[in-house]
Amino acid sequence: MLRLERVSKRFVSGRDEVIALADVDLALDRGEFLTIIGSNGAGKTTLLNVVCGTVLPTVGRVWMAGHDVTTVPPHRRARWLARIVQDPLQGSAPNLSIAENLALASRRHRRGLRRALPGRLRRRLRELLREHAMGLERRMDDPVCLLSGGERQALAVTMATLSRPDVLLLDEHTAALDPHNAQRISRLTEGFVRELDLTTMMVTHNMEQAIAMGNRLLMMHKGQFIVEIAGEAKARARVCDLVELFAKRDVSEDALLLAGERT
Amino acid sequence: MTSIWIHAAEQGLAYGIAALGVFITYRVLRFPDLTVDGSFVTGAAIAASLLSHAGFDPFSVLLLAFAGGCVAGLITGLLNTRLGITDLLAGVLTMIMLYSINLRIMGRPNISLLRVDTVARVVDRGLPAFGHFAVLAFIAAGTLAVALALYGFLRTEVGLALRAAGDNEAMITAHGVDPRSMKMSGLVLSNGLVALSGALVAQYSGFADVGMGIGTIVTGLAAVIIGGSLVRSRRVGWMIVGVLVGSLLYRAAVMLALRYGHNVGFQASDLKLVTALLVILAMVLPALRERAARRVRTC
Repeated sequence: MLRLERVSKRFVSGRDEVIALADVDLALDRGEFLTIIGSNGAGKTTLLNVVCGTVLPTVGRVWMAGHDVTTVPPHRRARWLARIVQDPLQGSAPNLSIAENLALASRRHRRGLRRALPGRLRRRLRELLREHAMGLERRMDDPVCLLSGGERQALAVTMATLSRPDVLLLDEHTAALDPHNAQRISRLTEGFVRELDLTTMMVTHNMEQAIAMGNRLLMMHKGQFIVEIAGEAKARARVCDLVELFAKRDVSEDALLLAGERT
Repeated sequence: MTSIWIHAAEQGLAYGIAALGVFITYRVLRFPDLTVDGSFVTGAAIAASLLSHAGFDPFSVLLLAFAGGCVAGLITGLLNTRLGITDLLAGVLTMIMLYSINLRIMGRPNISLLRVDTVARVVDRGLPAFGHFAVLAFIAAGTLAVALALYGFLRTEVGLALRAAGDNEAMITAHGVDPRSMKMSGLVLSNGLVALSGALVAQYSGFADVGMGIGTIVTGLAAVIIGGSLVRSRRVGWMIVGVLVGSLLYRAAVMLALRYGHNVGFQASDLKLVTALLVILAMVLPALRERAARRVRTC
């Protein structure tokens, strides 16, 4: 469903050069849920940016749903791809209503002069909101700027999954929320991922979350994948195992930092 | 006495179409577009020269003027989205280019339409039943049709994407919309409407002048901002109603100022100064009001 083929990314600024991604290979099948951890500067964000097209790889190819999308601009990748970012304000248009935001998200390409929010779409959206018990179904005509951060992120998750994308990218999408809301958003996301069988790639700094969610885990360091845990092993893994793995790989200072974050 | 109010209403509605154009860029797209000072004249110039030199009928020149304005908007859009020139500068550059182009279209700095059949004269003859209100009825019907069409458009899938483009560019990109193409369509539509308004105003007042567009952006903003502070709604239909109400009120105020202003020491040439001061006031008032009612959350 998603494939990266020998992808490298070099950032050059004057005489300085940073290798953000070093010859990365990655393949995700339909329905796989991958979590990625790594310290700041490990290349996680560049990896996500390469997938959604805001950064073009220096070398290598990106495949999505059977298409070579290496040079396809971001807005045209939206046919297959949805992304939720850390900042809840980024995911929706503040001056449009909840219903209008959802209507906008229900189409990913080929927009025409049809009515954007016909009655049947409105009813379907209200049903969707009610099902997921977010309490937003009674506020469908409120402008989004009146919602709290948690509510806005719940809306962003709903919007991202509404048109059943093939690939879902989660970019630390619970990091800006309080623990209670972070958990709610995680559960909501998992619900949609399971229900719609989405291929998912999540970046997080939270090791517990990386272990609790998904069925594959990759650890990044200096632009490469250094550890992979999947299936049974991942289900049994604990945070201290990850810390140990980090230590073995001689990235101990990062490991300590990461381990500290869970408390 | 009633006739000056009829004139104010006619002008309010005719300039109201230009205000709807400014509404699209300023309020919907959040793109401060100064092209309108030029494209208003482009519409007037196209209408005047086709009417007086080429013998076109007064209604089809309105459509041609609209098309001319669309091209002007397209140029600003290309400068901004393809060549990366900032929004204000892109508009100013097109506006300056249009000054020369408008002179080319007209062949001279102004054209009188006193001897040709304009929309106003045809309507006056064609609707005798309406008496003095014939031109007003026609302009009202036309403006209403434009407003309804705009309302319908902003509620389509593309229209919704256009509104979202002004609100959160990153979000619509993630949902499959190219923000650049939304900016282009908004600018094209906006300047088309402004030029249509210019063509209507030229025919209505009986002349086109290369300087008649100065301050179109400010009078348009006056209508948008006065309307927005009176009709405080986020619904697009009410926002459009607000723009037209704002334009009517603004023209009524201008009419009063021109008629009675000399009593308090104003002269006609002070109009642009007063308009700009009015816009400043209307922009600052909501902020002051919000500060006064700090506890109410607005956004």
